[in-house]
Amino acid sequence: MDQAILQVPNPMLIKITRNFFYPLVILFPVSLYMVFVYAPEEETMGIVQKIFYYHVSAGWVFLLAFGLVFLGSVAFLITQRQVWDTFAASSAELGVVFCSISLTTGPIWAKPVWGIWWTWDARLTSTLVEWLIYVAYLMLRANVPEPTKRANLSAVFGILGALDVPIVYFSIRWWRTQHPQPVMGGGGYLDPQMRLAFYVCLLTFTLLYFFMLGRRIELAQAQETLTSLKRRWARK
Amino acid sequence: MFKKILRILWKDIVTEFRTRELFSAMFVFALLVVVVFNFAFESAPRESILQAAPGLLWVAFTFSGVLGLNRSIAIERENMSIQALMLAPVDRGGIYLGKMLGNFVFMMVSELLIVPLFAVLYNFSFSARFGQFLLILVLGTLGFSAVGTIFSAIAVNTKMRDVLLPILFLPVVVPVLIGAVETSVRTLAGEPLRGMMDWVKILIVFDVIFITTSFLVFEFVLEE
Repeated sequence: MDQAILQVPNPMLIKITRNFFYPLVILFPVSLYMVFVYAPEEETMGIVQKIFYYHVSAGWVFLLAFGLVFLGSVAFLITQRQVWDTFAASSAELGVVFCSISLTTGPIWAKPVWGIWWTWDARLTSTLVEWLIYVAYLMLRANVPEPTKRANLSAVFGILGALDVPIVYFSIRWWRTQHPQPVMGGGGYLDPQMRLAFYVCLLTFTLLYFFMLGRRIELAQAQETLTSLKRRWARK
Repeated sequence: MFKKILRILWKDIVTEFRTRELFSAMFVFALLVVVVFNFAFESAPRESILQAAPGLLWVAFTFSGVLGLNRSIAIERENMSIQALMLAPVDRGGIYLGKMLGNFVFMMVSELLIVPLFAVLYNFSFSARFGQFLLILVLGTLGFSAVGTIFSAIAVNTKMRDVLLPILFLPVVVPVLIGAVETSVRTLAGEPLRGMMDWVKILIVFDVIFITTSFLVFEFVLEE
């Protein structure tokens, strides 16, 4: 019985991601160096453009995180194993954090470059709607005290919400392309040094995400263990 | 299966005929939204009101829809009638489809009553391409009730109850809202359906995806 409670049900992910700590300690200063010293300053936008490296990396991570919420939700409904629910919930929390980073760094860049904080452009609008969907997911979780019920309900919402993301994206894109919109800054070309700096940032953020995901799952499992131990103690 | 679904729909319609609480709440609320908007738009020129009108209508439909969806599931919870429904020899997906059709019918009826009132109050004509407008109304409302029925069943299981429904519901129905408003604006401007097939398709895709997925996963929502 004690064994069953204290067992870590998903040791692989936790063990592997724990090893990401030291690479991250090195990668973060390196990525800052790459962004501010190694990569050249953009000609027209100047220093503001530097925010792009972290902004886009955060954008990639939140899409990855929301994708994994979907996977975790489907896996939970099929297997009914608690681990998958914890996995989906942890990924959703991190996704919302990285999505918020994207949504705040965007306007900081947009104000000096476009002259406005916000525009109802396709990508901005769909990101905001996705953020709202996953905030709703977290609010749903916070409002169901019973674990099994919470897991089932949020898995259903996680699946329906994720299916909505591509439809939201395309509908907003079509909706916006039918209206005049401000010209997006920057073309497809990236300076090779800038590109390398960008890849380093992308790697750093992705590792950071997985590292935090592992820690979040570990924490959730410690909480579960604590509650079940408390319950058993109370019964005695 | 089909017969059982219609039975559930019939049960909702009979209940509604006897109580009239769902429909009256939805209708009056939608009317209130339309009236209140009039004050918000008071200083706007008439042309811009005409342009915003279809959007205004859909906002009224959305909010009154949320109200109706909450009530429709709350009725099942009172007196534990949801338990009786679960004991019925029909699978959970069938219960979903029955409730979904019920919500669809009530929303449609109140929308069809709001439209002529809106036309009178805002001096607006719907007669041009009314059939086309009706098609959009059906597709949009189907999307609302597909998502709304399963989300209201989720929300009713939470501590916040009905307060949570709009928070879950509104961001997810954004594509329906965009598609419905876009096509309504163009329909009322006299544009034929052929020019907006992309939008009609997106509405159909949304309806199909959400009805089938909800049908499949509804059993996890109803589990007690």
